[in-house]
Amino acid sequence: MNLTLKIWRQANATAAGAMHTYTLDGVSSDMSFLEMLDLLNEQLLHQGEEPIAFDSDCREGICGMCSLMINGQAHGPEVTTTCQLHMRSFNDGDTITIEPWRADPFPVVKDLIVDRSAFDRIIANGGYISANTGSAPEANSVPAPRDKAQRAFNVATCIGCGACVAACPNGSASLFLGAKITHLGELPQGQPERYSRVATMIAQHDHEGFGGCTNIGECAAACPKEIPLDVISQLNKDLRDSIKQGY
Amino acid sequence: MASSTADLSGLVAHNEPSVQVSDDAAGFYTLGDKLVDPKAPTGPIKDRWTNRKFDNRLVNPANRRKLDIIIVGTGLAGGAAAATLGEAGYNVKSFFYQDSPRRAHSIAAQGGINAAKNYKEDGDSVYRLFYDTVKGGDYRARESNVYRLAEVSANIIDQCVAQGVPFAREYGGLLDNRSFGGVQVSRTFYARGQTGQQLLLGAYQALERQVAAGTVTPYSRHEMLDVIIVDGKARGIIARDMVTGEIETHLADVVVLATGGYGNVYYLSTNAMGSNVTAAWRAHRKGAYMANPCYTQIHPTCIPVTGAHQSKLTLMSESLRNDGRMWVPKKAEDCAKDPRDIPEEDRDYFLERIYPSFGNLVPRDIASRAAKYMCDEGRGVGPEVDETDTDGNPVKRRRGVYLDLTAAIARLGKAAIEEKYDNLLDMYERITGEDPYAGPMRIYPAVHYVMGGLWVGYDLQTNIDGLFCAGEANFSDHGANRLGASALMQGLSDGYFVLPNTIRDYLADGPFEKIAEDHPAVLEARAGVEAQIERFMSINGTRSVESFHKELGQIMWEYCGMERTKEGLTEAIAKIRALKAEFWTNVKVLGSADSLNQDLEKAGRVIDFIELGELMCIDALNRRESCGGHFRAESQTPEGEALRHDEEFAYVAAWEWGGDSLEGHNPVLHKEDLIYTAIEMKQRSYK
Amino acid sequence: MATTELVKGVRATRSTIALKLAMAASGIIFILFVLLHMYGNLKAFAGHDAYNEYAEHLRTLGTPMLPRSGALWIIRAVLIVSLIVHVAAAVALWRRASRARSTKYQVKKNVASSLSSRTMRWGGLTILLFVIWHLLQFTIVKIDITDGSTGNEDPFNLLYNAFHGSAWWMTVIYLLAMIALGFHLHHGTFSSLQTLGMTNTATSRARARIAGWAVAIVIAGGFSLVPLFIAFGVITK
Ligand SMILES: Cc1cc2nc3c(=O)[nH]c(=O)nc-3n(C[C@H](O)[C@H](O)[C@H](O)COP(=O)(O)OP(=O)(O)OC[C@H]3O[C@@H](n4cnc5c(N)ncnc54)[C@H](O)[C@@H]3O)c2cc1C
Ligand code: HEM
Ligand code: HEM
Ligand code: SF4
Ligand code: F3S
Ligand code: FES
Repeated sequence: MNLTLKIWRQANATAAGAMHTYTLDGVSSDMSFLEMLDLLNEQLLHQGEEPIAFDSDCREGICGMCSLMINGQAHGPEVTTTCQLHMRSFNDGDTITIEPWRADPFPVVKDLIVDRSAFDRIIANGGYISANTGSAPEANSVPAPRDKAQRAFNVATCIGCGACVAACPNGSASLFLGAKITHLGELPQGQPERYSRVATMIAQHDHEGFGGCTNIGECAAACPKEIPLDVISQLNKDLRDSIKQGY
Repeated sequence: MASSTADLSGLVAHNEPSVQVSDDAAGFYTLGDKLVDPKAPTGPIKDRWTNRKFDNRLVNPANRRKLDIIIVGTGLAGGAAAATLGEAGYNVKSFFYQDSPRRAHSIAAQGGINAAKNYKEDGDSVYRLFYDTVKGGDYRARESNVYRLAEVSANIIDQCVAQGVPFAREYGGLLDNRSFGGVQVSRTFYARGQTGQQLLLGAYQALERQVAAGTVTPYSRHEMLDVIIVDGKARGIIARDMVTGEIETHLADVVVLATGGYGNVYYLSTNAMGSNVTAAWRAHRKGAYMANPCYTQIHPTCIPVTGAHQSKLTLMSESLRNDGRMWVPKKAEDCAKDPRDIPEEDRDYFLERIYPSFGNLVPRDIASRAAKYMCDEGRGVGPEVDETDTDGNPVKRRRGVYLDLTAAIARLGKAAIEEKYDNLLDMYERITGEDPYAGPMRIYPAVHYVMGGLWVGYDLQTNIDGLFCAGEANFSDHGANRLGASALMQGLSDGYFVLPNTIRDYLADGPFEKIAEDHPAVLEARAGVEAQIERFMSINGTRSVESFHKELGQIMWEYCGMERTKEGLTEAIAKIRALKAEFWTNVKVLGSADSLNQDLEKAGRVIDFIELGELMCIDALNRRESCGGHFRAESQTPEGEALRHDEEFAYVAAWEWGGDSLEGHNPVLHKEDLIYTAIEMKQRSYK
Repeated sequence: MATTELVKGVRATRSTIALKLAMAASGIIFILFVLLHMYGNLKAFAGHDAYNEYAEHLRTLGTPMLPRSGALWIIRAVLIVSLIVHVAAAVALWRRASRARSTKYQVKKNVASSLSSRTMRWGGLTILLFVIWHLLQFTIVKIDITDGSTGNEDPFNLLYNAFHGSAWWMTVIYLLAMIALGFHLHHGTFSSLQTLGMTNTATSRARARIAGWAVAIVIAGGFSLVPLFIAFGVITK
């Protein structure tokens, strides 16, 4: 198929960016979206134009490295990551607009690449269970109820891609944050730090400049791992309890 | 059975050092001295690690802050090591090429992690895990290391659970297990199909906790491009800040490489796009030995290539073979047909035909090879792909065989199959656009894991003092073939439990004399990196880096893939050399070196892959035997099965960089004998 | 605003979620108030005297324990505080949100959110303007729009005159305000339950959504009845 691509190009974090229009022939419907961009890049290289920078690593939907706002949707029109989106979701002759994630706490690094280290800092500020190596008790000494363990797993599948932030009209990272709060909060091992964790993590979230959640729900719809809105409710509840506990 | 032959005293050697008679790689290498691990432990095998831990010297807590440790890689191995050494109070610098430590490719592991917990009371034990792993590795792994791995495995699970890894649980709330990779005991712990992800997130969170505590400093989007060696000791690295392009010098008392596997030498693999050999290879060029580089694991059940645009392959869990039957059409002219229109009598259930007793459940390497043969014969299915045949002519081939669940669906019902394989089948549909319930799926083998890597001794130290290597990047624990669910185990064992202990012993001699940033060795390493980048930028030829990588991948896959021959490998070496020469005159990299430049990053990785590919072919050429993932057509039984030659090849091939082959230099081969005391070598059999 | 440091000395009460909790609490107080108010308004169907009796009752509530209009002032005080909290939190969140995305998308699609959820701020502003007018009209200045006089002390007549006959445009303004209110409550009800952490499962979330519809329809609909019925002459003096 034949496509018109409108792509955001920006030389570096401080340079001004702009949309550029490219045309691309010979796109196969079996290609992944990123392979389509590879093809464009090969073409650009031969035309002497610098290839477009975009992030990807595993290309199987698990590392969370790929991003891209495609026609106004984070990760494009399907419920999956950009690397698992295939060109058969598009038609010959389509015009596709591709932009980086937009959120001030995710500054653009180059072209379509943004800096998501804010997520790491949210995790660093409490998103863990303190268990020094070697200090662990025998694994089966603390049973974890199966349904709770399952809920913990379901939300622990977050890949930290940032699509929730990209899609949220408020630029809030509440879904990401809620997923981690819920994961650790559902497990017996997570209890001792439960209420300090939520306080420090939300403080970091706010400090990074993410917006507050107003329960709009675009995040969960964009989430490639289908993390449900429950986790934001859980986050709110845990924060309320944390206030009660004096944090 | 196994345990009856156990002799854990470690005193009686079951075999003699092997003596190589054949010399297929003559002319391509120089024979060096035998290699002996100076840190090899002795005594009863089950006490070796305990004794070593005790013997390893301690570092005063007050001194730890003054000791700098560089860890390259944040996968299970590097992430776990950084977290643990940070907890201990050392000053750790952690490097990774992605934007976050959480994205290391360990994240992609699906199946599970082994541990000898014996929760099922089904006869598992440390010894049995040890035995299975050595046997699974086709007796090409070092006994002491594997025993330690099995021993530590139980602690790994404890540690991960304490961190909040949400492993699958039974109704009573205790941990669940499954059996994996054909072993008879249930010792695999799992978190649905995302075990690697959950384990890595555990390590990542522990790492971030240390970042907050100030003991670990993360360096994201930093690529290590050289090691700094001063007076024979690794003292730091040269890294490029991939955002600003700045070349940085980082000095330390010890350097750890945990940079993962190099399967991408084949271009297409289940590895991540950025997985590379660069860190290991640059260390190799600085003197670190590369061991058994040709041992590659090819996994039979991957989603096949759809066309020349393909950038990467996706694994589908092996468990599908429990219910699926593999077949191809009997007649080549049926290959383009809708499989549902091919009548039963025109189908060739090749595994069931060739291996009547094991059928579809033959081991990974056997299944992979059989599928390849079918496609080579022109009976592959799926879209046609452009290839080059052995004579260098372009040909179109179909690279796929059917994995058919229709019988199982008919027998068990769609709902049961859906429940069992839901995620997998969804993924298949997403990638191929085909409905896996409507007809058979197509699969094809793909490169998945490399057993080869930097040579390390028992302490995980390379032959360069102060340079350690862990995880998939080292060669140590899997021999010629890795069993399912054991790479995760090794990564975490290395990272959480082994390195912190052995590095402690090394650092007990420190803090070492400070090195100045303008020390000649530092400047030289820096200058080398800068010169190479300058060279990439200045060639300005006509071919993209990507095209060189693809061509290398085709050569490797064709000649150093599932089946290897003397002629093929010899030809491959010539082709790779020609490709290397062309690369240095005709590659095209645009943009600038002092900004984010993905082609420039890739150029460095591809040239290293080209050099590695050449060494892999030489290693494969030399090893005229079939063992594990390495199948030499010249070494098979009359029935076409792999044939090992213990009398010639029961050794680790550790290669020393001898200089650039374009300038007429050859690598140097050092052999480390594999002597078994606790286990007797046997020919692997699955008939 | 991006940073590279970790925050120290954390206080949960200073977080955006605490702001949201304040917003939910004040919002729920509003809901309770409008429910009560709507019930009062419906007394208009019972006629002039019943309605005025109710208005009078509001003022004598709690006497003699409280002075005349004491209870009313307590309610007013609570409402004023809630309003300040609600608006202050709304402004704070609004500012944060616009700083969190200073560069807008060229193309942005919304796929899962309701219009009401995306218009809370403008809707809230509309309600605020409405309430200001509304208080001038009925409580503070007591403007009788039929003749522009002020200080009409007969509540029922004041109400009646506001929507009767020639004042059809006032009815329209009120109906528009009720649409805005309905929108605000449709999302606001669901949102406050989510903010209070009561929607931890898919089912409870679905229920909260239904509650949103119910509250919005009951309140916006209930309020609309009186102006409409006066305008169409069903309710007469
Ligand atoms: C699809 C798939 C499924 C698998 N399933 C299983 C399974 O079920 N069970 C099992 O046991 N094993 C499995 N494996 C194997 C296992 O996942 C890996 O072998 C293991 O996770 C490797 O871990 P690692 O820490 O050595 O390296 P990785 O996790 O690959 O980490 C490498 C790290 O090094 C960094 N790095 C690399 N090069 C550089 C450089 N030059 N400069 C700076 N940083 C660098 C990267 O940023 C990264 O942080 C699977 C592998 C794949 C690909
Ligand atoms: C006075 C002007 C008002 C303004 C500026 C305003 C603005 C807002 C804003 C911006 C929100 C946040 C959106 C969200 O959280 O989803 C909100 C929430 C809410 N508002 Fe208002 N509002 C006003 C009046 C009212 C009134 C009169 C009511 C009730 C009758 C009300 C009830 C609610 C409720 C229940 C919420 C949900 C709280 C939550 O999300 O937890 N608001 N309002
Ligand atoms: C069609 C809808 C409405 C009608 C007909 C109506 C009518 C009235 C009347 C007649 C009064 C004066 C009562 C008295 O002084 O005894 C009043 C007061 C008031 N109304 Fe409304 N109202 C409506 C909607 C609303 C809404 C939606 C709100 C809030 C969001 C609101 C808030 C108030 C307030 C705060 C007062 C003042 C109460 C006091 O302190 O005395 N009204 N309204
Ligand atoms: S919650 Fe979903 S969208 Fe957000 S980072 Fe995690 S996986 Fe991505
Ligand atoms: S879209 Fe945004 S407002 Fe909340 S519910 Fe999701 S974070
Ligand atoms: S590239 Fe890893 S999730 Fe898309």
